[in-house]
Amino acid sequence: MSANLSAIFYLLSGVLFILALRGLSSPETSRKGNLFGIIGMVIAVSVTFLSVGNFSTGFIFVLVFLLVGGLIGAFIAYKIPMTAMPELVAGFHSLVGLAAVFVAISAFVNPGAFNLGEPGNIKLASLIEMSIGAAVGAITFSGSVIAFLKLQGIMSGAPITFKGQHLLNALILISIIVLTYLLCVSQSSNLFWILITVSFLIGFLLIIPIGGADMPVVISMLNSYSGWAAAGIGFTLENTALIITGALVGSSGAILSYIMCKGMNRSFFNVILGGFGATEQTSNNQNKEQKPVKSGNADDAAFLMKNASSVIIVPGYGMAVAQAQHALREMVDTLKKNDIKVSYAIHPVAGRMPGHMNVLLAEANVPYDEVFELEEINNDFANADVAFVIGANDVTNPVAKTDPQSPIYGMPVLDVEKCKSVLFVKRSLSPGYAGIDNDLFYKENTLMLFADAKKMTEDITKNL
Amino acid sequence: MEIDPFIFRLSIFILSIFVGYYVVWSVTPSLHTPLMSVTNAISSVIIVGAIIAALASNDNEVFTFSSIYGYLAITLAAINIFGGFLVTQRMLAMYKKKKKDK
Repeated sequence: MSANLSAIFYLLSGVLFILALRGLSSPETSRKGNLFGIIGMVIAVSVTFLSVGNFSTGFIFVLVFLLVGGLIGAFIAYKIPMTAMPELVAGFHSLVGLAAVFVAISAFVNPGAFNLGEPGNIKLASLIEMSIGAAVGAITFSGSVIAFLKLQGIMSGAPITFKGQHLLNALILISIIVLTYLLCVSQSSNLFWILITVSFLIGFLLIIPIGGADMPVVISMLNSYSGWAAAGIGFTLENTALIITGALVGSSGAILSYIMCKGMNRSFFNVILGGFGATEQTSNNQNKEQKPVKSGNADDAAFLMKNASSVIIVPGYGMAVAQAQHALREMVDTLKKNDIKVSYAIHPVAGRMPGHMNVLLAEANVPYDEVFELEEINNDFANADVAFVIGANDVTNPVAKTDPQSPIYGMPVLDVEKCKSVLFVKRSLSPGYAGIDNDLFYKENTLMLFADAKKMTEDITKNL
Repeated sequence: MEIDPFIFRLSIFILSIFVGYYVVWSVTPSLHTPLMSVTNAISSVIIVGAIIAALASNDNEVFTFSSIYGYLAITLAAINIFGGFLVTQRMLAMYKKKKKDK
């Protein structure tokens, strides 16, 4: 296949990838979008086979490895529970990163295969692109592995900080730039390996100080990195499909990071520099702990809801942990049978990744037109009878609106306290991730339901 | 003077960033998780580089230092491609509208 013809096909697959993302603007068009993505991928892979045109023994092995990887991927995709999506996505990012590193290595070792010159005499531009692809890929890999371990609970979600951390990171980042420069001057393979090793190290060091609840930002950021790594390799291979995709994924991840940071009212650098939640609590929290709390049981909650005409449900990460989404939907079904209007309110940073709660509710067969974003629903709390907060905490804390001293001051929160009554399902009074007390617990109209989210919802359903 | 082909690729890259910017802002927030899984799948188009690396070998020498990395990258990227698209499909199939059967 001629180079021009294959370039046109790569362009076509790039366009199909754009359409794949475009499809996600609404759930109806999204399935078609995914199909476009698959077609784009099939075109890209087939064109590569045809343009290399080597159907010898190597081709058989390529198919074998493709099949092995495909089977593993398909197996994971069908087995993974929806609550584990953040871990899965982090794991997948690490694979993209590592694949980018491997491609960069083969291009460096055997540049002839990619038309980039000879070993020791690689074209300067290609060498720079290759180094960027390899370094960003390595950072994506080790960073995603840490994110994966933190999400999976293998590693503690608490931020790991030490003295001189930022200085060390800055030095390593500078050394990556210096190494890239030296590599371009000397073409030395030793420097190439050192560059990759150092990049692995910095990816690791960058993510360990970031706490568990900041994972939505971290995952989005790594998503973005995996895109830039792909783009870097795309320039090396002079491949349009890869360049377009890299740019799309890179900007997509960047936008998601921005949305997540805005949802927490924190700057991107504040999140990246990490250590949030490790700060000591302000002294006035101690006084608050003496305040009386009204606690109730499933029966009380059922009574309140039965007499309500509209209920808003506020899910959070706790719902995912307790796997309570199905029990919750059953409760809502019962409420609806009693002609009670029910809607769901989702805070942008609820859960451990963008859109996490929406997927869980969709899994539990909650129609997506009953689920609303913060801006869409926040005015409705004042007119609702009951707010049912399940597994969320900081995102409902009125302190964010009232106390400029609070670390979460200015964060957009759901106006749950405006409801006539608030039901708060929680295991204990312990503060949320931000380490601050929630004023909502002590409000007149709040009833605390101390229990496991799933069990409590089931009990309420029985009592309705 | 002839324009370096690199400039053309750079143009594609920059324009794609803008396309990505506008397209991603139009993605509804409730689909942000599928967005991440599908971007994951499409960024694995890096497999084209892996295939070129793997097929650079000849019959006498199927496994060279460079082709082994190619094969490894093919496997990793294939996990992502199949896993990414299928899990996206699985998620998107769950998003349903309210039934109007009453």
